[in-house]
Amino acid sequence: MNTWLDLLLEPFSYAFMVRGMFAALLVGVVCATVGTYVVLRGMAFFGDALAHAILPGVAVGYLLGGGAREPLFWWSLLTAIAASIGIGAISKGAQLREDTAIGIVFAGMFALGIALISTVRNYTNDLAHFLFGDVLGVSAADLVRIAIFAALILLTVFLFYKEFLVLSFDPLLAVTLRLPGRILEYILLVLIALAVVVSLQTVGVALMVAMLVTPAATAYLLTRRLPYMMALGAVIAALSGVIGLYLSYYVSVSSGAAIVLTSTLFFILVWGGRALQRAYRERM
Amino acid sequence: MGILKELRTSSLSGYHVPHQPGAPILEISNLTLRYENVLALDNLSVKVTSGERLAVIGPNGAGKSSLFKVIAGVLQHTSGEVNIYGHGPGGHICIAYVPQRSQVDWKFPVSVADVVMMGRISKLGILRWPKPRDWEYVRQSLRVVGLEEQANRQIAELSGGQQQRMFIARALAQEAELMLMDEPFTGLDLNSQVDILNIMDELRQRGVTVLASTHDLNLASEHFERVLLLNRRVYGLGSPAEVFTPELLLRAFGGHLRLLQTETEVVAVGDTCCEDEASHEHLA
Repeated sequence: MNTWLDLLLEPFSYAFMVRGMFAALLVGVVCATVGTYVVLRGMAFFGDALAHAILPGVAVGYLLGGGAREPLFWWSLLTAIAASIGIGAISKGAQLREDTAIGIVFAGMFALGIALISTVRNYTNDLAHFLFGDVLGVSAADLVRIAIFAALILLTVFLFYKEFLVLSFDPLLAVTLRLPGRILEYILLVLIALAVVVSLQTVGVALMVAMLVTPAATAYLLTRRLPYMMALGAVIAALSGVIGLYLSYYVSVSSGAAIVLTSTLFFILVWGGRALQRAYRERM
Repeated sequence: MGILKELRTSSLSGYHVPHQPGAPILEISNLTLRYENVLALDNLSVKVTSGERLAVIGPNGAGKSSLFKVIAGVLQHTSGEVNIYGHGPGGHICIAYVPQRSQVDWKFPVSVADVVMMGRISKLGILRWPKPRDWEYVRQSLRVVGLEEQANRQIAELSGGQQQRMFIARALAQEAELMLMDEPFTGLDLNSQVDILNIMDELRQRGVTVLASTHDLNLASEHFERVLLLNRRVYGLGSPAEVFTPELLLRAFGGHLRLLQTETEVVAVGDTCCEDEASHEHLA
């Protein structure tokens, strides 16, 4: 008995683990909530592109701030908002297909980010943190920032709940009733951008899309009601964060990868369970 | 908080399009709609009086959906005039566009009552939540279309006829005076078609004006007092007896129609059924 409890509690004897746990929890909840819209509206590629496109912003913050977290955060935020609105505009007026245009822009931005970071000597370690996350490096100040922005994001989703619902389910109705669709659309894009920035330190740029999509998609398989999908997605994502961190602590694998793998495992279990259930029902 | 105020006023101003006293519910004169270089609607004029039931008949690509979308304010027409109660399209809360079933994401995680509540969104205004009165409206609307028992079902669980009725309930919850029904009978079995027709009778009792597009000439001639024969331009407007003459039908449908002369009547056999008209249209 005691040994189990010890195993569970041991990581908490380190302050950085406690902060990491809180960060992973918050990020999970936020990403799953916003990710619900990403999944329902088929914006996974947009989310992935957005996460990659903020790397140059991260790089500038990194070069200017000499590795300090604060400028890094604000530069990422600025770039993310600019990139989300930019990508939103591209998808409206592009000559090319939307996904092609997004692909070009995000690969270009990503390359620019890597180029900028690589100007610093011994950059590989820091680059790895930007790409794959460094949740154990979350400071108290980082945690406060994450909490504030998480609250802001959740509040906005709550306030515009019915507008986002109509916009996602039936854009024609939104236009017929002259909802301020364009503004709402951009608010949603900015929300995704904020969620990406807040999660940057937890899972990093390269794995971000998993945080946005996997828990929400898992919840989508389990429920057919939007509020439940958000809540369930949040629970799954928070669990993935905590379990992933334990894994990372005891098996000593990269924390971001462990969190994402845990949520992938949840998805596979649920998906497999549903498939089995269907097969069983068909045989009856 | 400036942006919130702007959002609210911009959304509310759209909801309060004034009605000019004495003006007909719908008056269209010389309406022309062009997509890039394609002429979708050519010099179309029609006047509809309150409480009327008008069938819009025409082959695929005739512009039936386009016409409805112009009236609903979703598409901008190129020239001519469209007036609803004496004012141009867009923002009329009194108009409801009832979408084709094929255009809806039926796996979206919402219940029947959720969808019907979407009709109330314009009455609520932005940042406000539904009140008991609104839920009462939803319940009553569902009762009119006979879906009270299905209120909490996920929308994918409904039959085709029930799905169509749900959208009519949403239009009722919106307190619409003009309903634009896009192919309401397509893909429904006979019983479900009769259900919809009965609901249309109920709507007439309530003074609701209905425009419905359909391929089904027999249904239109039996259940609509007036028909509009459309293929980009108007080929006939009047009672079914006046419009459904072999000559006019052949001109409007071109080679897509065979007419069989029996002893008592002309039977039309179309080969135009059910291909998705909207695929020809570019929506913003």
